[in-house]
Amino acid sequence: MPTLQDVKENESMKQIIMFNLNGESIEVEMEPHLTLLQLLRDKLELTGTKEGCSMGECGACTVLVDGKAVNSCILPAMEVDGKSVTTIEGLTDTQGNLHPIQKAFIEYGAVQCGFCSPGMVLSAKALLDENPKPTEEEIRHGIAGNLCRCTGYLQIVQAIKAASGQL
Amino acid sequence: MKKFDYFKPKTLDEALTLFSKYGEKARLIAGGTDVIVMIKQKAMAPDVLISLQGISGLDQIKSNGTLSIGPMVTHRAIEKSEIIRKNFSALTDAADYLGSVQIRNVATIGGNICTAAPSADTATPLLVLGTRIKIKSLKKERDISIEEFFKGPGETMLEPGEIVQELLIPKLLPNTGSAYYKLQRRLALDLPLLGVSVLLSLDKDKITCSDMLCTASPISSILHKMEEDNVVCKEVRIALGVAAPTPWRAAKAEGLLRGKKLSDELLEEAAETAAIEAQPRDTVRGEAWYRRDMIKVMVKRMAMKSIERVIQPEATVFPERLW
Repeated sequence: MPTLQDVKENESMKQIIMFNLNGESIEVEMEPHLTLLQLLRDKLELTGTKEGCSMGECGACTVLVDGKAVNSCILPAMEVDGKSVTTIEGLTDTQGNLHPIQKAFIEYGAVQCGFCSPGMVLSAKALLDENPKPTEEEIRHGIAGNLCRCTGYLQIVQAIKAASGQL
Repeated sequence: MKKFDYFKPKTLDEALTLFSKYGEKARLIAGGTDVIVMIKQKAMAPDVLISLQGISGLDQIKSNGTLSIGPMVTHRAIEKSEIIRKNFSALTDAADYLGSVQIRNVATIGGNICTAAPSADTATPLLVLGTRIKIKSLKKERDISIEEFFKGPGETMLEPGEIVQELLIPKLLPNTGSAYYKLQRRLALDLPLLGVSVLLSLDKDKITCSDMLCTASPISSILHKMEEDNVVCKEVRIALGVAAPTPWRAAKAEGLLRGKKLSDELLEEAAETAAIEAQPRDTVRGEAWYRRDMIKVMVKRMAMKSIERVIQPEATVFPERLW
């Protein structure tokens, strides 16, 4: 285990973590102060996950960790060691077909500028995995942590309803 | 973001050893939804973070009369806990509307109280539920009441090297209901302008006006019925957040109600007393006069919600059925 002296002498002392990323086991050597978002975008070059406020308020950086939606911008990457992470890149099936939630977002015009979409789709997935037939109120409560400045949310709520087979 | 080193000990003792070794250079991190944001905002600059995520057993909710909540229990787990929803409803109210799903999946109850924001959502429910906090350091273990825990904004009575080990909620009296209301401008991702928790224990479970509680009857007519019924308030606790430098109990208001027959006038007087006792401030989020006015309104409404929950423990606070 490193001592504080080591830390001072070598500030960028790296640590190794292993986790499952979109179905594949990977091992990464990284500086321990990185957030999961920095690891995904800057090191692993998965830029589907967006950086918005970077303070855990807008939800643009939402990814799934062990199936649960989290803000990757304030999650230390060290915490995904041994866990499974799903980003928007991992949502298509092996043939490259879009996930039903993504198809519904397109069909219902739930995407405008698109910046909130990766996070919004993943929040919707976490919601529907847990509660396959949510009410409108449950949908709104479930995506409350994802800000969208374009759509006014109506199309997004409709798309999620449609994806859950309720429209 | 400032660089730091990261330790993920596997046992509490290992964490305590690291914590005492690095002292002020180290910060404990639970979910990190406060700590990482504060590091990004340069409000703190630790050289070492000690994560408590690797320690097993700290994320359990157990009930055997006394409810035990591990400090690493997430708000999401509290929100989903049936035992808490049925018996300690005020805590569910707080967990359900803290941050967003993403925050609740990560943020822990131990972290919420240790950050000790005057607006901490779980603080006032834990106060009315009479929570005790078990604390451990390398040298000793102790057990204190949550009322002693908060010292000031962002300050607790934790000494260097101490870690919160467990939260304990003693068994409540029969016919008890509790409720928390978060007064906020939007229904998600907001800090409360005011947090109001009330817990009430009644001397009977059958009230002739119980049907009226679920209708749109005016609060005064319900209380009038209750007065005819001779319903006595055996125990009452009122706690307020963002109404003083720390979350606190409105003791004078409680004193007016405890052991008394419930009536509209008495509840009104108690709510007003709580508003007078409070020391709210003018802040960017709201002004003191408004907070004081709303204390008066919300204490009474949450008392009514608590009474409703004696009869219907699953009654929700949001969407509002606020009398």
